[in-house]
Amino acid sequence: MLEMSNTMVLDDGELVNLQAEFEASNIDEVIEKLDRELIGLRPIKTRIREIAALLLVDRLRRKFGISSGTPTLHMNFTGNPGTGKTTVALRMAEILHRLGYIREGHLVSVTRDDLVGQYVGHTAPKTREVIKRAMGGVLFIDEAYYLYKPENERDYGQEAIEILLQYMENNRDDLVVILAGYKNKMDKFFDSNPGMRSRIAHHLDFPDYSPAELKSIAEIMLADQNYRLSEEAAATLEEYITLRMRLPHFSNARSIRNALDRARLRQANRLFAERSEKLTRTDLVTIEAADIRGSRVFVEGRLDGEPASGTTAV
Amino acid sequence: MMSNPGNRVTQGQFSFLPDLTDTQISAQIKYALKNNWAVSVEYTDDPHPRNTYWEMFGNPMFDLRDPAGILLEVNSCRKTYPDMYIRVTAFDSTKGWEAPRMSFIVNRPPSEPGFRLLRQERSGRSQGYSIVPYATDKPEGERR
Repeated sequence: MLEMSNTMVLDDGELVNLQAEFEASNIDEVIEKLDRELIGLRPIKTRIREIAALLLVDRLRRKFGISSGTPTLHMNFTGNPGTGKTTVALRMAEILHRLGYIREGHLVSVTRDDLVGQYVGHTAPKTREVIKRAMGGVLFIDEAYYLYKPENERDYGQEAIEILLQYMENNRDDLVVILAGYKNKMDKFFDSNPGMRSRIAHHLDFPDYSPAELKSIAEIMLADQNYRLSEEAAATLEEYITLRMRLPHFSNARSIRNALDRARLRQANRLFAERSEKLTRTDLVTIEAADIRGSRVFVEGRLDGEPASGTTAV
Repeated sequence: MMSNPGNRVTQGQFSFLPDLTDTQISAQIKYALKNNWAVSVEYTDDPHPRNTYWEMFGNPMFDLRDPAGILLEVNSCRKTYPDMYIRVTAFDSTKGWEAPRMSFIVNRPPSEPGFRLLRQERSGRSQGYSIVPYATDKPEGERR
């Protein structure tokens, strides 16, 4: 993939056009889409832009025959639940594909179960199988810290890690590995696997969303499903977000998506209750303040779908 | 075999051509993957043309998108069995086909001694013919 596509080496005096190269890669389109569809996440976007710039400059350098070796692009995404780690990983596959760093641009998303076997000699072929499937694309390992279980010395997770390391080093041209998990658990994971930490060049920390960002996310989610908020409902949603953030088990965008799903339920129920009336298109797509206010977060300061004394996460 | 001066076994695709390079093998595998065929690596030390079922090296590979993974298997098979025949087959599972659509040799033993012609006298002065590869003269397991 990174072999020289253009075998003609340019003379030292010749000029190359970074702008033309940038436009040819269509990368601005991807980055623009990223800016539009992903709210917030400043540090992540900056890093993606930096990586894109590096790969573009590398491509120009190769035109002059300056080699600098394949850059390592293995990444580690840390952050609280619902901060968009998986979404960004998907985008990353597309971006790296556009930049010609990976050949196919597909994402293989796996967890511990897909890598670690159940008996001796089962792990290595299983891990290799997954790696082979991911070649030419991105291997995304969610909750990667589960791979290492120090409390069980016979755990086969260590074997999977070693095989992964070997391929991360030797097949850098074929494979980009992205690990993801919660910050503190991933830190512990890297402390016990220093080899892993040193082979990962990019450690990206996903910040929590602010209430305003969460509201924009909610609007995008609703627009995707062809719903919209009435003015009153928009104000209520803001109120809801502030209240919900204070409750336990808040998982950023995921909590918002769940809240919206329940608001849709209530909207349907409300329409059904008033079924004597004739409905317009606007009625069907509009979520009213009452649909959001129906949440128990408002009434009792308790999570929806939670028994009065329970502590289940939503 | 006068018609085959290099004494090379000619089976499957590309066998009259010089050996394929890794890049060329990748390009062929890429074509198979594009058509959603399951690619597998097989090996044998018996080059008899009727020897259809070779030993499988690992499982057939499904759900791959990129030839790099298969080339990895080819190379590890070459390392394990450097002096055997190794071929790559692509199986098409679509209804109506259900058969290998591609098959080509990617590794050969350093020397290919060829085949012995056996003549069998039959009743009525008729002759039966068959061929035996010299490569299988010794019992299995003692061949190399």
